[in-house]
Amino acid sequence: MTLDQLHPGGSGIIETVGGEGALRRRLLDMGLTPGTAICVRKVAPMGDPLELFLRGYVLTLRKDDAAKITLKEVVQ
Amino acid sequence: MAYLLALAGNQNCGKTTLFNCLTGSNQHVGNFPGVTVEKKEGTVLKQKDLTLVDLPGIYSLSPYTSEEVVTRDFLLKEHPRAIINIVDATNLERNLYLSLQLMELGIPIVIALNMMDEVLASGNVVDYDKLSKHLGVPVVPISASKNEGISELMHHVRETVQSNTPPAKLDFCRGAVHRAIHSISHIIEDHAQEAGYPVRFAATKLVEGDEPMRLALCIHETDQHIIDHIVTDMEKELGTDREAALADMRYNYIEEICKTCVIKHQESREQVRSEKIDRILTHKIWGIPLFLGIMLLVFWLTFTVIGAPLQDLLETGIEAVTDLLSQTLAATHVSPWLQALLIDGVFAGVGSVLSFMPIIVVLFFFLSLLEDSGYMARVAFVMDKLLRKIGLSGRSFVPMLIGFGCSVPAIMATRTLSSERDRKMTIILTPFMSCSAKLPIYGMITLAFFPQHGALVMISLYITGIVVAILSGLLLKTTLFRGNPMPFVMELPAYRLPSARSVLLHMWEKAKDFLHKAFTVIFLATIIIWFLQSYDWTFHMVENSADSILASIGSLIAPVFTPLGFHDWRASTALITGLTAKETVVSTLTVLSGASGSAELSSILSTIFTPLSAFSFLAFTILYMPCVAAFAASRRELGSLRSALGAAAYQTGAAYIVSFLIYQIGSFFL
Repeated sequence: MTLDQLHPGGSGIIETVGGEGALRRRLLDMGLTPGTAICVRKVAPMGDPLELFLRGYVLTLRKDDAAKITLKEVVQ
Repeated sequence: MAYLLALAGNQNCGKTTLFNCLTGSNQHVGNFPGVTVEKKEGTVLKQKDLTLVDLPGIYSLSPYTSEEVVTRDFLLKEHPRAIINIVDATNLERNLYLSLQLMELGIPIVIALNMMDEVLASGNVVDYDKLSKHLGVPVVPISASKNEGISELMHHVRETVQSNTPPAKLDFCRGAVHRAIHSISHIIEDHAQEAGYPVRFAATKLVEGDEPMRLALCIHETDQHIIDHIVTDMEKELGTDREAALADMRYNYIEEICKTCVIKHQESREQVRSEKIDRILTHKIWGIPLFLGIMLLVFWLTFTVIGAPLQDLLETGIEAVTDLLSQTLAATHVSPWLQALLIDGVFAGVGSVLSFMPIIVVLFFFLSLLEDSGYMARVAFVMDKLLRKIGLSGRSFVPMLIGFGCSVPAIMATRTLSSERDRKMTIILTPFMSCSAKLPIYGMITLAFFPQHGALVMISLYITGIVVAILSGLLLKTTLFRGNPMPFVMELPAYRLPSARSVLLHMWEKAKDFLHKAFTVIFLATIIIWFLQSYDWTFHMVENSADSILASIGSLIAPVFTPLGFHDWRASTALITGLTAKETVVSTLTVLSGASGSAELSSILSTIFTPLSAFSFLAFTILYMPCVAAFAASRRELGSLRSALGAAAYQTGAAYIVSFLIYQIGSFFL
């Protein structure tokens, strides 16, 4: 399952981080590394981007980009 | 001996607040060479031998954004004596990620652990002594917003500067990564020393596959093969790729440190409060109306309640001074040309621009409140989807909205955008938002030609501007700004009360910036226009501005506008004078037509324009290059005269094409 499919309130553990170049590096730099617990807190009013919570801080990410992150141990 | 210090840290960790704390108002704002990334420099208060440079807020030293590259280059090439790394104690894990990379540079470093007051107030603990032992560098708890711990921080900085000891090498890498870094270090040691780079930093960057580093080290092909081989082996052993491997190593190491140094019983009060506020401000239904409401309130307060009276006051003041000067000049029989230069040129020109000052200061008061409180990040979150299609992110929405008031502060406001690409694109597109100075032109023309359909014409003009901006965005996205936009991976910081010092300094900085422009570029431009308008080719002052140099230039370029429907020299002359300030188009047309009274003006205008060419003229005025004040702002923010001229040429070109289409297609039907 990928991160963009998670409903608000759902959470999981990051399994892999896809994408390439600047985007992928940025995701890794912001702490979205495999094994990190992450949860979706909210979806923006127009349906995109997502509001996420990880490593003790709040991050926003577009759904297209979130689709490149796969999750395990998902709790909806 | 004077020392250079660098201040580095993440965005939203209080870096600017600390910089203001340390330097007071002894700041100089410029740009890093070649990019539109802001560079602030200041002398540390009471320590004149320490110069502090505020580096852009970044999360990593990757080679992908201009902010990160600028920081890297600065640290590697300017050789600061020490780095002050500010770290948000409430968000230690992600903040230390940058610290680990900074420590690899081999530059002495002091960590300022900011927002410790919040950590303590929430009942959590960060053991900074233990953290300092783990990292092998001084860690000083501070609260920049409350001005606490600053003298201890500077005490440690002073010690570090004096002893000049680089941070101990941290062995955060194990196993395969460790071996890879170690082996590569051996291969590149000489190259790195020759290029003046720290070996360890260069080696980790090569493991990560950092292209600029590879090029900078001039590695031979054979060595490159060996390095690639080492990295491939590492990747195979770990079952992951090079970039992920290192990010993983760093975060794992940080997690271990945090386990021993941080005791977190609960989420911080600020985070809990933020979540509550966001339940309203980014609400599914209320989020957007609330944002528009807030902007409307800011506009109303700025342009009507506070700005307008202040503007009137300032105008009255300037008029009084002008009158006084004019009487004095007349009484002392100063030669008429000097009188005219001072009164009609300098005072009238700069005066009209200066009267914008109150609006700019008040607007930036509100904007810095919104920015410093953390709300701007929410605006980006809420509006992102709308702007994404033209290759921008939600962050560009606010400058564009301000553009409907005035392009000058709008362009100045782009500085808070976190990506250079977005910043440049927004600066080019913002002037297409019809500013309030153009309203008198719409008023004059609609009164003369479309008295029944004023509102409709007005709305269609605003829409024309927006449509051209959207089309330009699409065009720029696929041409000048091709390539991947900066990924929209943005932190939503906790809401915080902005500090009065930061807000005031921000206002002061913008005011200074504007004054500087007013007395340089704008000053010069208004004098040139005044001269062209008041003299003929034999340098005699003209009685009637129809005989001036400007009028003859107007006549000369008038044929250019024939395909747009207005070939009268008065129209083209008005477009030129409109460059000083857009509302000048009205006064120029009035003066040149020799009309007395609006009824007469309307009838004369109808000899210059037809309704169709009048509309085409309006479309041209809304789109063509902005006034000198906005041009000066765009020059400043784009960082080069060439880029600013390019933007102006693009805007004028777009205006020409749109008016051409309106007139030609219109004539076909009418």
